[in-house]
Amino acid sequence: MTRAGLLRAGAFIAAGIAFPLVFSAAWLVNIGVLTLMYAALAVAWNLFSGYSGYISLGQVAFFGLGAYSLGITFEHFGIGSGYNPFYALPLVGAGVALASLPVAWIALRTRHMTFAIVTLTLLFVVQQLAFNLHSITHGSSGLEVPPPTFSADTYDQPFYYAMLGIVVLGLGVCWTVLRSKLGLMLLAIREDEEKARGLGVRVTGAKLIAWWLSIWLTAMVGGVWAYYLTFIYPESSVDPLVMIGAVLMTFLGGRGTLWGPVIGALVLVPAQQYMIIHLGGSQLYLVGYAAVFMVVLLLLPRGILPSLRDLIVRLRERQRTRGRPIARQRAAT
Amino acid sequence: MHNVVQAVILGVLIGGVYALMASGLTLVFGIMKVINVAQGALVILAAYLSYALFSHLHVDPFLSILIVTPAMFVLGVAVQLVFVRSLRGPDSQELSLLVTWALALGIEGVLSVVFKTTYRATNPSYADKTWTVFGYQLSFVRLMAFIASAVLLALLSLLLTRTKFGRAVRATVQNPTAATLLGVDANRVQTLSFGLGVSMAAAAGAVYGVIYPFNPGSHYDLISRLLSIVVLGGLGSLGGAVVAALVMGVTEAVVAVEWAPTWAAFSYFVVLIVFLLVRPQGIFGLRERTL
Repeated sequence: MTRAGLLRAGAFIAAGIAFPLVFSAAWLVNIGVLTLMYAALAVAWNLFSGYSGYISLGQVAFFGLGAYSLGITFEHFGIGSGYNPFYALPLVGAGVALASLPVAWIALRTRHMTFAIVTLTLLFVVQQLAFNLHSITHGSSGLEVPPPTFSADTYDQPFYYAMLGIVVLGLGVCWTVLRSKLGLMLLAIREDEEKARGLGVRVTGAKLIAWWLSIWLTAMVGGVWAYYLTFIYPESSVDPLVMIGAVLMTFLGGRGTLWGPVIGALVLVPAQQYMIIHLGGSQLYLVGYAAVFMVVLLLLPRGILPSLRDLIVRLRERQRTRGRPIARQRAAT
Repeated sequence: MHNVVQAVILGVLIGGVYALMASGLTLVFGIMKVINVAQGALVILAAYLSYALFSHLHVDPFLSILIVTPAMFVLGVAVQLVFVRSLRGPDSQELSLLVTWALALGIEGVLSVVFKTTYRATNPSYADKTWTVFGYQLSFVRLMAFIASAVLLALLSLLLTRTKFGRAVRATVQNPTAATLLGVDANRVQTLSFGLGVSMAAAAGAVYGVIYPFNPGSHYDLISRLLSIVVLGGLGSLGGAVVAALVMGVTEAVVAVEWAPTWAAFSYFVVLIVFLLVRPQGIFGLRERTL
């Protein structure tokens, strides 16, 4: 790890830990929880779709499955209250991710656009299941999670730190993956899957491992979210808006980068909350959201980080070639 | 047995309408490799337009197709020019997926503001009329909806096979570079086809409003069906979309009758997943390799 990278990670973690201690107002911490939730979802999405190039529009289905799994675990096994459910999360997430592998294997037989569509229909399938499997999910009347016994003053804080933990874990996983053979395999798949396969890359295995990691993180986020809201409904747990939000944040920050998804979430979630608070009653916020979306995609299709990196490279190049017209001309071409 | 046959009839009638919606989607994909996720929202928009025409000006919903379709054609051309064409670069396909999704959200938002989120339905005087043929119930509006869809699909197919524009479209689907070299104006074909795709959504939407109640959020249900139809049929294949739409209509109707209506939509997804297991490229699709 480079010194700058270490510094960035340290600053992020320190700022993350300090935020609810400095701004302890409940509504601010609430926005903090949501921001970190989206950041975690975006990091998880980026881990699979950003690195492998397979755009999955169904991750939020597993966010919902994570939420329901935690709720069902509560209902049928006494996992206690307080902090205990947080410790069960990695296991719940691992279970959901394992269960998703057969579906992923089928979906990954398709390519590009078809894959995006198949995963999108997966989202609707899981929502349908949540409505229909009444005996397990209680359908549209919702599944209740017993509210935790945290003190009312700092009620949001445990959830905030849980989300922060998942974001940091997710970034750690991404960092490790990017520096491992798996990361190279994924990037090779993104560039040219046929060529990668021809060169002996086990493409299916690489994709499935990345998928598993991504779903593991996503399901954990869903679990924390369910425990936070204490009520799970099919509409809100498998919400296409959450999906598109996480994807948009990754696009805004920069796909395939390490910090991009987090930056995207830090910019967009507060903006989204602002719009919901000010325009929410009239559904106008959807229009505003769509407008932000369009602007991001049309003006910054590659995302903030890659665009910034380009800018810095260009500035340096200009500095280096200052006063040397021929070299400058060469740099321009 | 009687129930099953009745369900099959119902399924075919509904499947025809879905085929019309899906035809626009698959046509646009074939030409510019763009999945228009807003197709469902555009259907709902057209349903609202037809509803407004009916409730304020008393225009018959089936006649309103003649007004709504050209209007939405213009809208589709505008959308292509403003949002879709400006996407460039290697990721333009994936970006277009998200741009049209954003468009769907925008349409949903505008409709929610203008028409509120309560369910509406276009209810002409003949809405409840049914005929009984050999003991089978035949709803008048559904039959009309099917006929209207079939006529429009036939017109679309004639346009594609018998006109110069249609030849240009088919050439672009087969090989965009070669088509351009032979003098086809690719930009013009893309823009017009996008408009054509949207107007298919428009015509189907006017019909949809008579058959089903709808609200601005209905587009999610629609687009999930439409996307699975075009994937099952094979992306870009018009015939595939029609066959898949009929398969979907019949599967849903039979499951609804024989098992439970709540599982109807789900059953179709199972068919899709199982089919993709065997044939990832869909019924008539080409294998996506070097795409």
